[in-house]
Amino acid sequence: MTSATNYRLIDTRGVIFIAVLALAAILVPILTLVIPQGSALSIPPYIVALFGKYLCFALLAVALDLVWGYCGILSLGHGAFFALGGYAMGMYLMRQVGARGVYANPVLPDFMVFLNMKELPITWWGFQSFPYAMLMVLLVPGLLAFGFGWLAFRSRVTGVYLSIITQAMTYALLLAFFRNDMGFGGNNGLTDFKDILGFNVQATGTRVSLFVASCIALIGGYLIARWVTTSKFGKVVVAIRDAESRTRFLGYRVETYKLAVFVLSAMMAGVAGALYVPQVGIINPGEFAPTNSIEAVIWVAVGGRGTLVGAALGALIVNWGKTFFTGALPEYWLFALGALFVFVTLFMPKGVVGTLEQFKARRARKKIATPEVAAAGE
Amino acid sequence: MTNSAGTARLRASAPIAPRQRAGRNGWIETLSLLAAALSVFTLLLVAAPQARAQGPGDLLVALTTDKFPDTERALTEIAASGLPTAPQIVEALAANRLWFNGPARKLYFTDEAGKVFDAANGLEAPDVSTGALKRVRLNNAVRRSLDAARGALTLMSPDPVRRRTAADSVFKSRDATALPLVEAALERETVASTRKVLEEARAAIIASDSGAPEVKRLESIEILKSRGDQDAVSVLTTVASWSEGRVKDAAGAASSTIQAKLALWRNVQNIWYGLSLGSVLLLAAIGLAITFGVMGIINMAHGEMVMLGAYTTFVVQEWARTSHPAMLNYALFIAIPLAFLFTAAVGILIERLVIRHLYGRPLETLLATFGISLILQQAVRTIFGANNREVSAPPFMSGSFDFGSLSIGYGRMWIIVFALAVFFALQFVLRATSFGLRMRAVTQNRRMASSMGIDTNRIDAMAFGLGSGIAGMAGVALSQIDNVSPNLGQSYIIDSFMVVVFGGVGNLWGTLLGAVTLGVANKFLEPIAGAVLGKILLLVFIILFIQKRPRGLFAQKGRAVEA
Repeated sequence: MTSATNYRLIDTRGVIFIAVLALAAILVPILTLVIPQGSALSIPPYIVALFGKYLCFALLAVALDLVWGYCGILSLGHGAFFALGGYAMGMYLMRQVGARGVYANPVLPDFMVFLNMKELPITWWGFQSFPYAMLMVLLVPGLLAFGFGWLAFRSRVTGVYLSIITQAMTYALLLAFFRNDMGFGGNNGLTDFKDILGFNVQATGTRVSLFVASCIALIGGYLIARWVTTSKFGKVVVAIRDAESRTRFLGYRVETYKLAVFVLSAMMAGVAGALYVPQVGIINPGEFAPTNSIEAVIWVAVGGRGTLVGAALGALIVNWGKTFFTGALPEYWLFALGALFVFVTLFMPKGVVGTLEQFKARRARKKIATPEVAAAGE
Repeated sequence: MTNSAGTARLRASAPIAPRQRAGRNGWIETLSLLAAALSVFTLLLVAAPQARAQGPGDLLVALTTDKFPDTERALTEIAASGLPTAPQIVEALAANRLWFNGPARKLYFTDEAGKVFDAANGLEAPDVSTGALKRVRLNNAVRRSLDAARGALTLMSPDPVRRRTAADSVFKSRDATALPLVEAALERETVASTRKVLEEARAAIIASDSGAPEVKRLESIEILKSRGDQDAVSVLTTVASWSEGRVKDAAGAASSTIQAKLALWRNVQNIWYGLSLGSVLLLAAIGLAITFGVMGIINMAHGEMVMLGAYTTFVVQEWARTSHPAMLNYALFIAIPLAFLFTAAVGILIERLVIRHLYGRPLETLLATFGISLILQQAVRTIFGANNREVSAPPFMSGSFDFGSLSIGYGRMWIIVFALAVFFALQFVLRATSFGLRMRAVTQNRRMASSMGIDTNRIDAMAFGLGSGIAGMAGVALSQIDNVSPNLGQSYIIDSFMVVVFGGVGNLWGTLLGAVTLGVANKFLEPIAGAVLGKILLLVFIILFIQKRPRGLFAQKGRAVEA
């Protein structure tokens, strides 16, 4: 694979990726806040929030690429980690509402008053503190991934079976969060947020800050993933992807490696979810839907599995396409998405980035890149 | 019927303004207890013998005396008299629509629209105006006898269904005052099942009557015990709670016997519902087990094959409805082979166009088939609309019969039969045909089978077509119990996966066992944990089960497994 030839932490692709993100993080605040709204160059706040959302999806895609592209674990439940991170952030935001809710209860969020709850459930304790909430954003998805992975990898559940039980996991969570008794807002989820760290969630300044934070998180997530995959540890992970039994027979503890990558990836997905919630203003059980997780997988496939940058790019392309299609031709969005799934798996198994690189390599060598194609098969 | 002099008098008397009348009624009602107390004495002596002595027509006169005890007694007797207008009179009184003309001793009732009828024959009395009439008044004592009269009326009703419900309601109320009525009704009753309910009602009244002789009460408890349902338990536990001695013991023992029996039936019912759910799961999952077993791929579009089958049923039914109404009842039988052929064709098309190119990459196949499922869903939504489509049940699928205290729906029963038929037909194809032999060979060791001259490409296509076709037939069955909508498939796909993963793919028996186990477990968990939590528990159980047996209950054995 191409990644195997890249030992540098940041290759050309990475430089471009980070540069573009950094530029966006610098330019967007200027174009939105400094340049007066309405002029030709300015960016309206809703576009900032929209792209901020895309960046969160991109981070989720990078997290998924880490486990799928480098470790061969096709998780159809990564949306669950994303949503759990989102719920942790949502709980912090709900606590910040305080007495400004409809029922003006200083402690209990509106839905709890509505459900006749008398006191705050233990699960909600401590969420008024931002650091605690951020810790939970990492810990809750991380612990779930640890528990789940520990059971699954140790008993060598692999391939399609693993994909299906990850799907069962997110489906079970979907059903669980729909229940009012869970104390997470049931069907409606958590919404009507007021402010984050004392700043109004709706304000343009906050939106821009969240966008910048998403850029930074994506760069950070990319660097961590890159660092993991270029290290010696990462080489073993890739070996597991390509020949699990062989790696095990060479003396590596396959399940430990898998578990570490899986937990790291889940935490990254959790961070993505936490950044997503204040930007869209709501988190509800729908985020656990298995379809969402499968859609995230297709972002990675479109961009290019095992390329990290490609995963992020795929998330941007597909989501931009979704926004465009659902606005312009709502009837055809599912046709387009379905066709994209089929097309990418059939004709672009290495995704946009992989295909581009294949072209480059072909031109550089001035000959048919047959070994590349052969190496693509598993 | 109305004599002209009476009418003239009625017309002559000035109509009372409604407000005034209401005021007068209200004033009288405040004193109703007093009035009742006063009149009891008088009327016991005078009116009652009179009323008894006279014929049914004269019964009505007792209602025109404007005295509560008269009204009360007359009501009871009218109810038992078999007078054709008795139900109307009783209902009119209950609704405060019964009127009388005191001097003429005539009784009238009005309907909801205010039309006046003569109570003696039920004919409309167009020339009588309510303005000249007085309402027959009610007090609590009258209301009580009104209830009894209603019960009695229905107990004597010519309509057997109404008699039955009346008997049931007497059983539930255990109203001691209804005992004579029940006895009277028992003498006349001819329908055996209604007789039984009446006897049970009598038993409930006697058992609850502390004044009744012990022997009779014990007999009654026996009758209640043989009834053996939740209502009998509630009567018996109440009786046991305040009775003493033998009656208390007998009632307690009878109630616990019934409860044990009921618990048993609840389990039987759970098993039945579980089997029913299991048969649905089996139908949905069995095709998946074939494609997964043979090709090692999960077909995410499997649920959409089920949906296509259901829509085929809809189309066949519409065709029958519009052009061949005589065929409507047999539409299902036409739909089954058509759904099989249609979805099998779609399946083979998908296999040839997409899946064939992805062999050896199961995860990519999963994604591609997911894409196909989205396309199929949207296609159906575009063609048929997003709303649910109505597929009606043919006569042999609707209705139910009783088995013990279990009500078994024909629809559910036939689906179980159908699921088993499909299962065994499939077993036959796999075990006894040359195609089945080849398919099993490919499942067990693809390369070896290929070396032996089996065209694995063809087998793959056929197996995929077979799996899809079975999904289509499942869709025909599911169209009977579920909404036919573009999302039909999605609601079954995760459950089907669970069945296949739980059962393992080496063996169709695994799928059968998996489906039935999950179905029954689901139905047993539902009453304990609730529907949603029960399902979550099952999912968690499967996730944990996979840790123990990563390849399901019936794992495929051999070297090919590791490939």
